[in-house]
Amino acid sequence: MRAHEIYPNGGPRIGVYVCHCGFNIAGKVNVREVVEFAKTLPFVVVAREYKFMCSDPGQEMIREDVREHRLDRVVVAACSPSLHEATFRRALEQAGQNPFFFQMVNIREHVSWVTEDPREATEKAKALVAAAVRRVIFHEPLQRRRVPVKDRVLVVGGGIAGIHAALTLADAGKHVYLVEREPTIGGHMAMFDKTFPTLDCAACILTPKMSQVAAHPNITLWTYSEVIQVEGFVGNFRVRVRRKPRYVIEELCVGCLQCIDACVYKDARFPDEFNLGLGKRKPIYIPFPQATPRVVLIDPETCIWFKTGKCKQTCLEACERAAIDFKQQERIEEIEVGAIILATGFKTFDARRIPEYGYGKYPNVYTALEVERLVNASGPTGGEVRLRDGRIPKRVGIIHCVGSRDERFNRYCSRVCCMYSLKLAHLIKERTGAEVYNFYIDMRTPGKGYEEFYDRLLQEGVHFIRGRVAEVTDWAITPDEEGKLIIRVEDTLVGAVRRIPVDMVVLAVGLEPQPDADEVRRMFNISCSKEGFFLERHPKLAPVSTFTDGIFLAGACQGPKDIPDSVAQAGAAAAEALALIDKGFVELEPNTAYIVEALCSGCKTCIGLCPYNAISFDEARMIAVINEALCKGCGTCVAACPSGAARQHLFEDAQIFQEIEGVLAYV
Amino acid sequence: MSYLYFPGCSLKGTGRAYEESLLAVFRALGIPLAELADWNCCGATAYMSIDERQAFALAARNLALAEAQGASDNGAIQLIAPCSACYLVLLKAQRHLMTDTAFRQEMSGVLPGNMGDPGQIRIRHPLDVLVHDVGLQEIARHVRQPLRGLKVASYYGCQIVRPFALFDRPHDPSTMDDLVRTLGAEPVDWPLKTHCCGGSLTGTMPEVGLRLNYLLLREAQRRGADLIITVCPLCQFNLEAYQDFIRRRYPDLAPMPVLFFTQLIGMAMGLPPRELGLQRLLIPVEGRMAALSKEGAHARA
Repeated sequence: MRAHEIYPNGGPRIGVYVCHCGFNIAGKVNVREVVEFAKTLPFVVVAREYKFMCSDPGQEMIREDVREHRLDRVVVAACSPSLHEATFRRALEQAGQNPFFFQMVNIREHVSWVTEDPREATEKAKALVAAAVRRVIFHEPLQRRRVPVKDRVLVVGGGIAGIHAALTLADAGKHVYLVEREPTIGGHMAMFDKTFPTLDCAACILTPKMSQVAAHPNITLWTYSEVIQVEGFVGNFRVRVRRKPRYVIEELCVGCLQCIDACVYKDARFPDEFNLGLGKRKPIYIPFPQATPRVVLIDPETCIWFKTGKCKQTCLEACERAAIDFKQQERIEEIEVGAIILATGFKTFDARRIPEYGYGKYPNVYTALEVERLVNASGPTGGEVRLRDGRIPKRVGIIHCVGSRDERFNRYCSRVCCMYSLKLAHLIKERTGAEVYNFYIDMRTPGKGYEEFYDRLLQEGVHFIRGRVAEVTDWAITPDEEGKLIIRVEDTLVGAVRRIPVDMVVLAVGLEPQPDADEVRRMFNISCSKEGFFLERHPKLAPVSTFTDGIFLAGACQGPKDIPDSVAQAGAAAAEALALIDKGFVELEPNTAYIVEALCSGCKTCIGLCPYNAISFDEARMIAVINEALCKGCGTCVAACPSGAARQHLFEDAQIFQEIEGVLAYV
Repeated sequence: MSYLYFPGCSLKGTGRAYEESLLAVFRALGIPLAELADWNCCGATAYMSIDERQAFALAARNLALAEAQGASDNGAIQLIAPCSACYLVLLKAQRHLMTDTAFRQEMSGVLPGNMGDPGQIRIRHPLDVLVHDVGLQEIARHVRQPLRGLKVASYYGCQIVRPFALFDRPHDPSTMDDLVRTLGAEPVDWPLKTHCCGGSLTGTMPEVGLRLNYLLLREAQRRGADLIITVCPLCQFNLEAYQDFIRRRYPDLAPMPVLFFTQLIGMAMGLPPRELGLQRLLIPVEGRMAALSKEGAHARA
């Protein structure tokens, strides 16, 4: 069908607007030429250029033309529709037109930024404009769909970011499901003794928030639990959560810990996960004194009852509330939420991957996270910095950038290591009086009070040697190196290779994505950046959103971050989620599929193919019926329908073919 | 699989024992080695720093010969280079030929062979071939006199795993330690396995070069090594031949035998000492072995 056939009375009136985007487009594309070309296209009434079409005056230009020239179709050639399609549709709406009489041409990302030759760029821009003009003729007025939004939010991950996001939402009166994989919330922050640069006690500022979570009427806290399935879309997610058995009934346990005393194992003898194996626990245990919820759990891998089926079960007798249940099974919970915040955190770099630093070979080489536990008052040594043989170190070396800024592993800077190394240097010196050496590439201390903290450490007499450490060895040359670990490093300020003998080496391991980040990404249908952290929608202007509407990011799952940044981002994610669900509805693109009833033969091909179960079969009329509220506009049924009965708004055959012809006719 | 063998100058000179033991071991394992005909200097030594193009051209000629003479197994010609310096410079030249098309064209005009695809030659170190192609199990099958009780420090030197880490970890190689275990001996935990032997500094700046060798030898001695094995003729020469000089400066150093790794394999396989060039060692190993077998007999009795 040709345009004049459906427009016998003069046809549509089209306006074409070509944006310079400063030099972004005009630096490569001859905008004037594109405009002059557009004027020659059929039904184009007006064509103009402007420096920034998205600016207020740019939009006003469109609105005025719509009113003055009675435009009923608009084409804007500018940047990506993901940035400004909404802007221009709104301008049309304000001028009294249906916003879907609009087509956007991306001549920036698709043309000027990716084309070397100005001539070619201009020709390509013209072809794309010709295509859009032919397509927009066949646009139809459409209405956006409004879908109600579930009033609840899922927060995945109970570290400081997840805790802060959950509390913010709960305080605003929204119900929050907080799901944490470990038996307790608190995350990495719960393992720290002090926080930089203020040296606040980490537990003193974190544990009040943890108990607020436990007590909050608007928070459902599921620890020892994992999300296993996510379906639906913005405003209406259906989520399944697996709650692993703790073999202790959470509702009955009061955390008296008498069962732990009563365990048949008199001494704690199994490596304690929370203390990274530096301490020991029993098969029935609580991760740490302020664990939240304060509920014990049984580890079936070490419990003698689970391993042999023979045990006096003294824990069972000791529990006055009959909370222990050896037969407990995992439970699957199903919830519906309007928004999801991912705050799944990070893992630290595995120091064994750098064998020359001797981690796992020399007992007195520690990771920074292990030293966090050593300096912690509730840690395995009660806060005393002692080596594995019980000695107190006299000389300590802290090696920076372990696994960070290293082409072999991670090119990025982990952002927190310089500052936590300074903190640990201070704490070690304070607790032991040891000489502390920091081996750094560059000191990176941007942040409020951070540079001042670095200055303070310099004043305190901590040593700083600039150079990437070559190796940690027990190869002694001189008598004073005997029995020590020797750090070999090129001191790039002195210009010499140095050997620094120490008693203890601390590896400032970098931050990496969680090992299962990719599975989680798939489950939530979001993207990861190259290094494996979750990808934000825009690095500057949408830092907590993802490319999937309704799913937000907080904390180190999006990239290495310290506590202040994690909390700030968690607050932002909570606010975004709140803005979404508080509105009560979401507007969806009217790009749904529909059935032309007269053409449907009732073959049911589409029904099985629909990934959203949006198509049902009307037995009486023998035709397929699409539920528009469920249709996500994927187009699968449209492509599969053998009789051409399934069609899709905004992707009508006429529109697509005209667009193709537009490009080909020009070329 | 058949292999071409590029000896280089050392294996015909100071490292004759390396060639003798290498050929003896491969013969005993039933693996044919064909010496590359008409080979020339590999291009290592000082060439690289004085005239890179000439150095690459020398190496490229050897690769061209290999391409002309090699039988292609699975699309690759296997060229064994036992000397670390040869091994590295051949690898460097191969990469240069593959990335610098102008150089390749220039070379194809003057060299034998058509230089069609320099990438089809696989340059191999015999350690790699023995451990990964032949396999430790097969070697174990040929061990006749397990070296029980012998403590061995394995020295890899700087060139065979860096910068091209083709068969082992660049910072902490362990292929030779696995091999030592297969021969019945005990590897010594010796953190200096890739530290510098001084290269030609033993001749040009003895105070630096000799000290480096002293540190290597002393640490092996302190960690209880009976002997050191190495894969490189220059390392072997530095560590062994200068021990008298070193001892004049550092009297705490006891004599330490330094063997090629192929000599140790041959000993475990029970090959005759003369076939392995053991008589060429400046610090003989027989005494140690005799003491060991006496201890062993004592322990058994």
